[in-house]
Amino acid sequence: MTLPEPTLPLNGATPFNPADHRGDHLLVAEMVPPGSRVLDVGCGDGDLLQLLERRGVDGRGIELSREGVNHCVAKGLAVVQGDADTDLDAYPDDAFDYVILSQTLQATRQPKAVLENLLRIGHRAIVSFPNFGFWKMRLQLLVGGHMPRTDNLPATWYDTPNIHFCTIKDFVQLCDEINVKMERAVALDLYGRPLRLNAPWWFWNLFGEQGVFLLSRRGKER
Amino acid sequence: MVNAELVNGQTMQSQEREVDHPSSLVARFDKDQPLKLDCGVDLAPFQIAYQTYGTLNAERTNAILVCHALTMDQHMANVHPVTGKPGGWLAMIGPGQPIDTDRFFVICPNVIGGCMGSTGPASTNPDTGKPWGLDFPIVTIPDMVRAQAMLLDRLGIDTLFAVVGGSMGGMQVLQWCVAYPQRVFSALPIACATRHSAQNIAFHELGRQAVMADPDWQQGRYFERGTHPHRGLGVARMAAHITYLSDAALHRKFGRRMQDRDLPTFSFDADFQVESYLRHQGSSFVERFDANSYLYLTRAMDYFDIAADHDGVLAKAFRGTRTRFCVVSFTSDWLFPTAESRAVVHALNAGGARVSFAEIETDKGHDAFLLDVPEFIDIARAFLQSAAAARGLTSSGT
Repeated sequence: MTLPEPTLPLNGATPFNPADHRGDHLLVAEMVPPGSRVLDVGCGDGDLLQLLERRGVDGRGIELSREGVNHCVAKGLAVVQGDADTDLDAYPDDAFDYVILSQTLQATRQPKAVLENLLRIGHRAIVSFPNFGFWKMRLQLLVGGHMPRTDNLPATWYDTPNIHFCTIKDFVQLCDEINVKMERAVALDLYGRPLRLNAPWWFWNLFGEQGVFLLSRRGKER
Repeated sequence: MVNAELVNGQTMQSQEREVDHPSSLVARFDKDQPLKLDCGVDLAPFQIAYQTYGTLNAERTNAILVCHALTMDQHMANVHPVTGKPGGWLAMIGPGQPIDTDRFFVICPNVIGGCMGSTGPASTNPDTGKPWGLDFPIVTIPDMVRAQAMLLDRLGIDTLFAVVGGSMGGMQVLQWCVAYPQRVFSALPIACATRHSAQNIAFHELGRQAVMADPDWQQGRYFERGTHPHRGLGVARMAAHITYLSDAALHRKFGRRMQDRDLPTFSFDADFQVESYLRHQGSSFVERFDANSYLYLTRAMDYFDIAADHDGVLAKAFRGTRTRFCVVSFTSDWLFPTAESRAVVHALNAGGARVSFAEIETDKGHDAFLLDVPEFIDIARAFLQSAAAARGLTSSGT
């Protein structure tokens, strides 16, 4: 007797309801075709990973906090306690179809090295991050004269885990610098809804509360 | 030093009876079913003593194999027949525990080379009618696992729902996943490694030398000579026990507190509580454990190195595995530090395995895996429950 094909932990148990999920998660999930192998770096409580697995994706996760790992394990997800800055090095090249970094880039010590690692491990990377160029951020700094705080980023400057904020413009420049191809870019407004598609970069940089990017290695697409 | 007068002779006699005629279930393998050992010897006949808890379901899919650590045995969740103490892993095994005996069929065998009923150096050598002693062949972790696989064949269990174990038991879990990947649905290796480190080999050598330096050891022939290397084995246990704890745990438990006195005696009495505790650990251990068995089992751990059997590349050992893994380590474990577990996780990741990993924050040292550490128990429970759902096991276990 051999083992049956591994079944997804919550296969068919819960009907899919978009209202149960965050806008950026739905957008990311929609970028990943079923059957893909995916690594979610900084997967938190595993909400995105669970959404992906329900859509037929073979998912793995990395999470810094043990509480997060415990929640994920309880959901039947395969999640390793680890740090995006140090533990990505241990993954072999091309191990995954997609590597996701959702709302985590700004909390890494070396965002550039992490980004390079994402595209070494995965054929494609999906990166989302809060846009520090968002008008509300700018206004708080310009008028209020203090470090911006929003509903999505409520921490004060002295206790925030976010040490490397960037704007959408900054991120696009970094992608150019390390020879990364942007296959798709979406800016989401304060409510997680995509901004209109044909808007210029400056518009996104001002009115996008967060950016979601689908990236691949330039010249190495499959 | 372990005081020989403190050693309970009655307990020792009951331990010696358990060797050939254990109060556990026994699977006996005759001359035509030898255990093929790594050292080249065919061990036959031999026997495996084991305990079971819970009920095997009709589909035979709810079996969990629990592998014991170096100085433990199969009496994981029942009163120990020699010491009269409660089972060795009650935090993990029992009704409603992570290894839920209302739901799973739990098999706990004594390892080959052990001294609680599975064939080992204290067992009677059928060719001589005397205890094997040092004539017993060297056994390895893969040998232990091979014997367990023969036991499962005997029980008619093809696939294990889970293999669980800590320390030397965790080594067996990993070996199961390498040797019989198709027979293991999920694996929970705890506080262990795929190889024994130089420091750990050094500690084991210290323990073995302590045993062998005891004149009562008699080159391993102490049964026939009517002696017993209490002192040597006691010292070995005292040294090993320190490695199972942590500086913080020892400090929390004992500090520099004195034992039943306010002032130092200016002698080598056990003035400090920690000394008294260690002496007690040593003397209670020698009543229930065979000295030669201690030599053999520590040697088995020393030889363990999964990567060495796979061109030095650990990832090759786990390539293509479909087993679900949950690896756990403890922050204050300096015998099997987290780095060892991370190496396992990296190798599993490289092979694309479905692996979870958590490092549990505790000051309880290596022994934490045997204790009721809530964060650890929670993650073990979560892992086994989600794996059971994936295996299609209903919560009633039938």
